[in-house]
Amino acid sequence: MLNFALWLSILMFSASLGLCIYRMLIGPDIVDRILTLDTMSVNAMALIILLGIQLNSQLFFEAAMLIAMMGFIGTVSLCKFQLRGNIIE
Amino acid sequence: MHWSLELIISLLLLIGSSFALIGSIGLARLPDFFMRTHAPTKGTTLGVGSTLIASMIYFSVTNGRLSVQELMITIFVFITAPVGAHLMAKTALHLKTRPISKTRNSPLDKE
Repeated sequence: MLNFALWLSILMFSASLGLCIYRMLIGPDIVDRILTLDTMSVNAMALIILLGIQLNSQLFFEAAMLIAMMGFIGTVSLCKFQLRGNIIE
Repeated sequence: MHWSLELIISLLLLIGSSFALIGSIGLARLPDFFMRTHAPTKGTTLGVGSTLIASMIYFSVTNGRLSVQELMITIFVFITAPVGAHLMAKTALHLKTRPISKTRNSPLDKE
């Protein structure tokens, strides 16, 4: 039961990554692409967590934490660049 | 592992991945940016939080001691998602992204 639920979750997160790539390709504006980058980093983090459950290893949480932090910093710096023209004033 | 724990973990995993999939479908299908920013920042955040809680229960049971790193990632994601959404909405208003034409009381109409 757990194995089936795990594979179904991996499939659904991969499908949501595919939908994010679709929006990244057709996104009409730059803020759509920033939003998609944020969503993709969160989805990739969840996929890494699921891989950690599948391989029964706790070594993946540092990678998930790093991806979450880098996604947030990327979102904030891209938004600041669009708002002000430079990032650190 | 006891079957009730397995059932709880499986249900949390399925709820989380369903919410993340619904958020991404909203991101792909909704008509303008200000609607699109709702779906991932709410649905995907809740989905990832549920997946992390499932992972926390799984590793707490298999290792025999409480594992709290997932709780740290959950709190981090739940704090940073609204901040990022606010910044993106502000950027969209600054860049004068047009909403769909049925939107009422848009701040861009007053100019």
